[in-house]
Amino acid sequence: MVNICFYFQLHQPFRLKRYRIFDIGRTTAYFDEKKNYEIMEKVSKKSYIPTTRMILDLIERYPKFKVAFSFSGVFIEQAKRYFPNTYYLLKKIGSSENVEFLSETYYHSLSFLHSIDEFNEQIEMHRELIRSEFGKDPSCFRNTELIYSDWIADFAAKKGFKGMLAEGAQSILKNRSPNFLYLNKDQNIKVLLKNFQLSDDIAFRFSERGWKEWPLTAEKYSDWIDRLNGNSDIIGLFMDYETFGEHQWRETGIFDFFRHFIELGIKKGYSFLNPTDAISRLKPKGIIDCPFYLSWADTERDLSAWQGNSMQKDALKKIYEIEKMVKDSGNKELIENWRKIQTSDHFYYMCTKYFNDGDVHKYFNPYDTPYEAYIYFMNIFSDIKERIKNEKSSEKNELNVNEESIEISE
Amino acid sequence: MDILMLGWEFPPYKTGGLGTACFGLTRGLSKLGVRISFVIPKSPIPVSSSFLNLINAKVNEGIDYSHLKAYFIDSPLIPYASPEQKRLTEMNKKAIKGSNDDAIYGRNLFEEVYIYSEKVRMLAKNLKFDLIHAHDWMTYPAGIKVKEDSGKKLVLHIHATEFDRTGGFPNPTVYAIEKEGFEKSDLIIAVSNYTKRMVVSKYGIPESKVRVLYNAVDFPDNIKANKPVKVFSNDNVVLFLGRLTIQKGPEYFIDAAKRILEFEPNTKFFIAGSGEMMPQLIEKTIALGISDKVFFTGFLTGPSIDEIYGRADVYVMPSVSEPFGITPLEAMANGTPTVISKQSGVSEIIKNTLTVDFWDLDEITNKVVAILRYKTLKETISEHGVMEVQQITWDSRAEECKRIYEEVLKE
Repeated sequence: MVNICFYFQLHQPFRLKRYRIFDIGRTTAYFDEKKNYEIMEKVSKKSYIPTTRMILDLIERYPKFKVAFSFSGVFIEQAKRYFPNTYYLLKKIGSSENVEFLSETYYHSLSFLHSIDEFNEQIEMHRELIRSEFGKDPSCFRNTELIYSDWIADFAAKKGFKGMLAEGAQSILKNRSPNFLYLNKDQNIKVLLKNFQLSDDIAFRFSERGWKEWPLTAEKYSDWIDRLNGNSDIIGLFMDYETFGEHQWRETGIFDFFRHFIELGIKKGYSFLNPTDAISRLKPKGIIDCPFYLSWADTERDLSAWQGNSMQKDALKKIYEIEKMVKDSGNKELIENWRKIQTSDHFYYMCTKYFNDGDVHKYFNPYDTPYEAYIYFMNIFSDIKERIKNEKSSEKNELNVNEESIEISE
Repeated sequence: MDILMLGWEFPPYKTGGLGTACFGLTRGLSKLGVRISFVIPKSPIPVSSSFLNLINAKVNEGIDYSHLKAYFIDSPLIPYASPEQKRLTEMNKKAIKGSNDDAIYGRNLFEEVYIYSEKVRMLAKNLKFDLIHAHDWMTYPAGIKVKEDSGKKLVLHIHATEFDRTGGFPNPTVYAIEKEGFEKSDLIIAVSNYTKRMVVSKYGIPESKVRVLYNAVDFPDNIKANKPVKVFSNDNVVLFLGRLTIQKGPEYFIDAAKRILEFEPNTKFFIAGSGEMMPQLIEKTIALGISDKVFFTGFLTGPSIDEIYGRADVYVMPSVSEPFGITPLEAMANGTPTVISKQSGVSEIIKNTLTVDFWDLDEITNKVVAILRYKTLKETISEHGVMEVQQITWDSRAEECKRIYEEVLKE
């Protein structure tokens, strides 16, 4: 019996404008509306819409087919605002009983690194959003970029989550198989792992002509899966939703491949489980120790893509230095702006790792260099800081005015 | 392999990028066993003996210079002289008048170029070589003559075209000399794709005839160790270094200075270099009311160059048209972050820099202020820049150059 768990990630950051030194104190238009719109439109047409239609169709035909999604809050906001067709289609698929939603931080942030309060609030905001948009209550948690560690798992358990997702890396498996359910170190939450080999065969290698398995057919792929039969409980196929149509273009045959694979799987009697099915039906095979941060990014599978250089560390740390002042201001717009700049992508754009390797293709960045990403970020941060100061002084002014008016009335 | 190279005096007799490139390339080629007869125009005024010492010493810094022979030809030619200056410098004229050469008074640059080419032609008759390699337009006529006499292949190396030097208003005679050279040569070496495009579009040369060979930089030793003490206690320092000519865009630097001061008033601007635009630049700083913030250091050589790079918080190269531009590499080697013109060849090969359009004063201001304000940015660009620039060596360029020679000789 083969069990497969599909989880797809949907996320788009509010990309920052080329906010220059002259803009500080003059405008709070921090986000690149045009670019954000264009990307949502482009990716919707190439990926979100055709992929969702395909999955809706598969669910209709095969009532046993199930998938899990994780939508960041900033993704839903943007779909709603920039491309409502995508939003409505996702609402439709979200109402299906075969679809599970995972929990994550609303802002797809790295807040867990500096502020547990903020981390907690963003998980709650996300929970509210999924409730109000889809009427569902997530019971499994996945952190930004699948970042996992012992304490985060414990934290998720204490928040009432039953399961958490993580990368099936050898650094935590230590020669064990990723195709089983595990328990975290504190043994209070079940951990569902990504089979990165099989996931990345689809997500990264599918159209790579230099790959010895190219072209990958549904038959071949399902043969590989069959080979795990008898020696696996659950195969976690976790990937970005944009794999379909955006990372792998339609012309590569990715849609046909997926559809065909599902049909083949149904025929062969595969079970498609959601994370909640998996954690309730399967028994954990062992315990996982992860005192470090494990992510699904790059070969390092650590935080180096977002926290690898001093600009990235400095920028992230600065955000939480002003947390109290921002929240105390009570200014909703200010708080929202401050939260939107927490999205992990902003720090990814400052990454110098690939930049210096000359691996520019892998290097997806709306700016010319990581330095520019840092400059625009810091200019915006400076403006937010200025606004807090101004709020405070205007409060004082108001007080002064009141005192004066009292004097006059006397 | 024997090369007849028509080049220019080496540093520290400062000839800008041209001399630096000749030095780096000949040294690298020597290491590879390429024998070079290096011909240079030399004013009779003793300016520097470093080159002679270098060759006489035979073995210097572990490099065997026995493959390298230098030939000096009395000539007042200096790199970057322009016909608009009409006469070569007074100093040169006086000195040469006293020499046993023909009376020189009254000759213009083109006559000098002609005389030089005839002298090289005479010299070359007694030399053994397989290929001629000439650097920039003043040596092209000599290269053509020697090619015609000897039947050997001619490679022309472009460090700058007349379009770069004049900001797009070329002298027709210089242009004609360049064009004739490009047409009669067997292969052209351009210092960047930027320059290659220029040669193709402005001179009508087929792309297939042009190879790109980027410049490099010598990485100074102990650069971090000898960082000088701050001159103006806590003030920021923004540096311009280059000839004060249209090509280098010094007036954009001054306009940007005015704007930068609105954001970072505690900033000083250093302009290192000399050139024909000096008086108007000084006037400009007075007119803008920033003459107390802008300092003209004049022409710098050797250690004082490293010192000023080390002192600067940011180096700006706002060139209008820069075929390559070695100075940003020198700045990076000294750990100084750079803001450089997109209209430059060097921007094709370096990543750890911030690029701008030379005319975009807002963007220059934005980026310079960011480096001054955000210390982490400054440090990260600096660290990565030092690492990057170490990979850009003359030795690897010399290998590429040798392959170009082999390609030409095979034909």
